Amino acid sequence: MTKQVRQLDRVIIRFAGDSGDGMQLTGDRFTAGTAEFGNDLSTLPNFPAEIRAPAGTLPGVSSFQLHFADHDILTPGDAPNVLVAMNPAALKANLGDLPRGADIIANTDEFTKRNLQKVGYDANPLEDDSLSEWRLHAVPLTSLTVKALENFDLSKKDAERSKNMFALGLLSWLYHRPTEQTIKFLEQKFAKKPDLAKANIAAFQAGWNYGETTESFSVSYEVKPAQLAPGVYRNISGNQALAYGLIAASVQAKLPLFLGSYPITPASDILHELSKHKRFGIRTFQAEDEIAGVGAALGAAFGGALGVTTTSGPGVALKSETIGLAVTTELPLIVVDVQRAGPSTGMPTKTEQTDLLMAMFGRNGESPVPIVAPMSPSDCFDAAVEAARIAVKYRTPVMLLSDGYLANGSEPWRLPEVSDLPDISQEFTTEPNGADGAFLPYQRDAETLARPWAVPGTAGLEHRIGGIEKADGTGNISYDPDNHDLMVRTRAAKIAGIDVPDLDVDDPDGEAKVLVLGWGSTYGPIAAAVRRIRRAGGKVAQAHLRHLNPLPANTGEVLKRYDKVLLPEINLGQLALLLRARYLVDVISYNRVRGLPFKAEELAGVIQDVIDSD
Amino acid sequence: MTELINGKGLSLVPKTDVKQGLKDFKSDQEVRWCPGCGDYAILAAVQSFLPELGLRRENIVFVSGIGCSSRFPYYLNTYGFHSIHGRAPAIATGLAASRPDLSVWVITGDGDALSIGGNHLIHALRRNVNLNILLFNNRIYGLTKGQYSPTSEVGKVTKSTPMGSLDKPFNPISLAIGAEASFVARTIDSDRKHLQSVLREATAHRGTSLVEIYQNCNIFNDNAFEQLKDPEVRDDITLRLEHGRPIVSASKAAVRGADGNIEVVPRESVSEERILVHDAHNPDPSVAFALSRLDEPAFEHVPIGIFRQVDRPAYDVLMAEQLEESVAQQGPGDLHELLQGGDTWRIG
Repeated sequence: MTKQVRQLDRVIIRFAGDSGDGMQLTGDRFTAGTAEFGNDLSTLPNFPAEIRAPAGTLPGVSSFQLHFADHDILTPGDAPNVLVAMNPAALKANLGDLPRGADIIANTDEFTKRNLQKVGYDANPLEDDSLSEWRLHAVPLTSLTVKALENFDLSKKDAERSKNMFALGLLSWLYHRPTEQTIKFLEQKFAKKPDLAKANIAAFQAGWNYGETTESFSVSYEVKPAQLAPGVYRNISGNQALAYGLIAASVQAKLPLFLGSYPITPASDILHELSKHKRFGIRTFQAEDEIAGVGAALGAAFGGALGVTTTSGPGVALKSETIGLAVTTELPLIVVDVQRAGPSTGMPTKTEQTDLLMAMFGRNGESPVPIVAPMSPSDCFDAAVEAARIAVKYRTPVMLLSDGYLANGSEPWRLPEVSDLPDISQEFTTEPNGADGAFLPYQRDAETLARPWAVPGTAGLEHRIGGIEKADGTGNISYDPDNHDLMVRTRAAKIAGIDVPDLDVDDPDGEAKVLVLGWGSTYGPIAAAVRRIRRAGGKVAQAHLRHLNPLPANTGEVLKRYDKVLLPEINLGQLALLLRARYLVDVISYNRVRGLPFKAEELAGVIQDVIDSD
Repeated sequence: MTELINGKGLSLVPKTDVKQGLKDFKSDQEVRWCPGCGDYAILAAVQSFLPELGLRRENIVFVSGIGCSSRFPYYLNTYGFHSIHGRAPAIATGLAASRPDLSVWVITGDGDALSIGGNHLIHALRRNVNLNILLFNNRIYGLTKGQYSPTSEVGKVTKSTPMGSLDKPFNPISLAIGAEASFVARTIDSDRKHLQSVLREATAHRGTSLVEIYQNCNIFNDNAFEQLKDPEVRDDITLRLEHGRPIVSASKAAVRGADGNIEVVPRESVSEERILVHDAHNPDPSVAFALSRLDEPAFEHVPIGIFRQVDRPAYDVLMAEQLEESVAQQGPGDLHELLQGGDTWRIG
């Protein structure tokens, strides 16, 4: 039987199952095949905080969405074209996102009476026509997998666990994905258990063959490779890119990296990644708590290391006193906040942009801190290097505001040439700077206002720093009112004077009346929405802030250039508050705080409404 | 730093040939503790001890938290970091772990180390970071003007406990031994000779040395340790702990009782061979722990000296070894290779 092949320009697939079903791995492998094939892609993992929530329940559903296309794309996609539902809970939790006409591949073996009851289905939706508006492919994934593995010396349970690889094989057939990488991956993953490697590969191939032979699937699809800019690419998640950016920063700053960190979702993967690269001279220190993590990083910075701490919002709250100490001792420090839904524990695996005001103001006293926010998973690399550049040049703690969406999402990354990376190194101070060979630890560089960084081991520059207010120049303890006023203003002026690039505006013909402004991870959905508006003939300008403190010098001018400024944020208007206060511009906020990224279609509607309104 | 060896004490810290004296370690800052404070004696003892080490002054760092004692770094002409309340061990850990060529000291008090910073203290001890921690114990909060501290005796009447404190105090020595400390000692502000002899051993020890120093706060808790200073009784109640020597005071001796516990009895009531001989190097910490309990309930007899001193690799050396091992196995880090690693593909 020769099957029909249809051409598509883009596809969105969502794999959904129980958190123990291996959906993240399945999604990762499909992504690897897709990257190898040369499509542009963007991914969105979505999983519960519980490692193993009760099996078969709605809270236990884990999913992985992948958008791939023959052109460059900006988001993991709004609505899936295909849902792979490994059990009734996965179907129920995801059906609401599925447009009519989409494909559903459901694992019939799991649609038992008991599993249906667990999620409140009275009747089996695979059998009662309730899914008639979708294209349903009912496939007994588990039993087909067990049958395919019957000649292996495996328990039934182990055989059943390979069902995700069967599903991966089926989807790989359906979308003409290459298979070599996945087979190689399975061989490596189970190198110590060759039987399991063979079984998983057999399940994967059985899934592929099933697609080829079954009548359930009469059509397969091709999505041609995308025409991206020439270069070498790899697929990368935000957390991995951020870790690589920190390593690059260490190399480019010529400083050994010291990471002090305490495990926290969704930032822990940065700690895991950096701990693998000790050959770069990187010391990773898993501290007893968040406070010790940042404290050790600051202590290492005093000793001349590139001090870094990685955390999420609750951790920043705990670190704030030490960040204040770094502000006043004026030592370089990078604080990575991978934002997650709050307040308090909130929803640890869900994304938000709600820590901006904490990053700006969340310390006692006047304690300004520069803020850099990456705009895509791969941009986490450049943002980390930029944060380090500012920290080292200006001797200041810097907040790097990533979020859960960037951290776990992935996209193809065109690899930079090492020779193109900026040299961000600064010299330690080794000579006295005062009269008669005196060393003045708070005598500043006239241009940057940075103080000297003299590290222990440097003869003649012995000095004491600390959290008590210091006299200008000498750094001795001072309670003098005028000195305090001067120091408060000087610290503020130093941060305000940081050299940040101007804000770029994308306004192709210069006729737009509406500017859509964003910051951080909303770049993809905003840019995708802007494209939709423009394709439909609408005029809209877009600008995206990477530096939140200080803001680019031209920010006020850009805002005033447009009749209306729309600012979508995954918070209740935190940047809007800052912009209104600073520039007296009547920014129009669009806010949703659902723990999920914006959808392009949603934002396109909002932009159109603003364009249409008087 | 890449040629690290597992050195003892301060062997990784560069030495100087220049003869040093007390004045080399005095900073130009006016010392501002209350007149009569025990901190003066400790400062003088440390300033006059440091030249003996013969270290390059620029390779010595004093890190402190918050409290009266934490002003200490300002008065020493070395590198210093006066940090925030309770966090000195954490900050010093980052510094010492990344700079094995430094002699890093932590100056802390009973509130700083045992209340707000208790977590950092116990974790520094278990990791065996190369630090000398001097814990000034005056059993009171001084800088905040007289509240009870985690080492104050039960029933302490202070500004915050007008009807007496309810909290059982920590015994810092017991706590440190329980936290896997490799070096634990106690000394007293008024006995410079003993204090310096303990510092000598503490600096010779590589890893965390925890030195509790009984320190008198003459404003808020005066004479807290008076029995140990009063010439009439001090020699009777002070049990000297010296490795390999019998544990005795002028009139008392430590022996193992019939139930296996350690007890203190009149010296003349037992024969010499029954008196416990101090073994600070015993890998089993249980005897040291038992000795740390002898001052309960209230100073009938107080062990002074080094309770425990065992060899265990220091944290900075272990960390450096992992770095060296990675380089030996995989070669030095190469950024280009790192970025190009993983599954890549070429376009154009």
